[in-house]
Amino acid sequence: MSSILIAILLLATLAVIFGAILGFAAVRFKVEGNPIVDQIDNLLPQTQCGQCSYPGCKPYAEAIAAGESINKCPPGGESTIIALADLLGVEPEPLDAEHGAEKDAVMVAIIREDECIGCTKCIQACPIDAIMGAAKQMHTVIADECTGCDLCVEPCPVDCIDMIPIETTLQTWHWDKPEDLIATSEQSHEKNLEQGVH
Amino acid sequence: MTDYLLILVSTILVNNFVLVQFLGLCPFMGVSNKLETAIGMSAATTFVLTLASVCSYLVYTYLLVPLDLEYLRTISFIMVIAVVVGFTEMAMRKTSPLLYRVLGIFLPLITTNCAVLGVALLNIKRDNSFVESILYGFGAAVGFSLVMVLFAAMRERIAVADVPKPFQGSAIAMITAGLMSLAFLGFTGLVSI
Repeated sequence: MSSILIAILLLATLAVIFGAILGFAAVRFKVEGNPIVDQIDNLLPQTQCGQCSYPGCKPYAEAIAAGESINKCPPGGESTIIALADLLGVEPEPLDAEHGAEKDAVMVAIIREDECIGCTKCIQACPIDAIMGAAKQMHTVIADECTGCDLCVEPCPVDCIDMIPIETTLQTWHWDKPEDLIATSEQSHEKNLEQGVH
Repeated sequence: MTDYLLILVSTILVNNFVLVQFLGLCPFMGVSNKLETAIGMSAATTFVLTLASVCSYLVYTYLLVPLDLEYLRTISFIMVIAVVVGFTEMAMRKTSPLLYRVLGIFLPLITTNCAVLGVALLNIKRDNSFVESILYGFGAAVGFSLVMVLFAAMRERIAVADVPKPFQGSAIAMITAGLMSLAFLGFTGLVSI
């Protein structure tokens, strides 16, 4: 009888000790927020344009971490999708057309200033406060801040906002990134493997 | 010293836990699709196996034997392993969130990895001393990591190879594992303990 009691006592004591260890670990290794969210957020283009139907890049990063699909970011385009797929270990998917198409060139919004009636509607639409102006005064876009997200075009009642592709000048031109270092080149690398070329 | 070396060679090559004793086959087939994941899984398993064999040795020698409760070894070992895995999981979530995400469900599944319980029980069966238990657990883990990494590397190659249709997917993986197991049989007789 007593040996059974000892056995039960021993297992109970062990369970209490182990529970204490795990309880301590849970407090000691408490994770502040979700670190993977920050890594995803770093890969997103930070246009804060909301075309993914989330109110910004950070909320979309949180949604991706919770299982949202990775193909809803038109400004980031294919390269962002591939980088995200690489980070999360999932298959890259084509861009979801429902959220807009990827643009070939970097765009910037330009207001035709003599047509502007000063309604401030585009100022409210701009997610990054890149439009300056006041009521009944002419507005203008700070070109350096503009992320080319298109959101100000729709609200303008007189359609005086154009999306202009930024032309490459001597000041903005740079060498292509080395191919082997970026995620998009992985596919061509795999293709080489298939053909037996290394 | 020679004894310790023999234990390592024996557990890593001759009595390899995966390919010769057929323990821990679930992660061997499940996490070997990608080399990176396989390395992460191997690292986690190495840590858990070594620590679990040490802890279970201590629990057995200093708690169960003095109290004449040897028959409780399986249940208490399972408890020890579960705690070690739980602790590793929390620590990894804090230190390496990416690895935590990649390993996913396989990390908690180390708890039910029969190699871990197998090592703890075999330590008792072979009357290993404390140092021998550590080496036995570590050797088993290194052996596991070795075949895991080799197998994952092979599967990455097979993934781009022109495999006949009936053999695609798991079938060719099983065949590869079988061939590897045959190859490891070649180590039999290398050392005898």
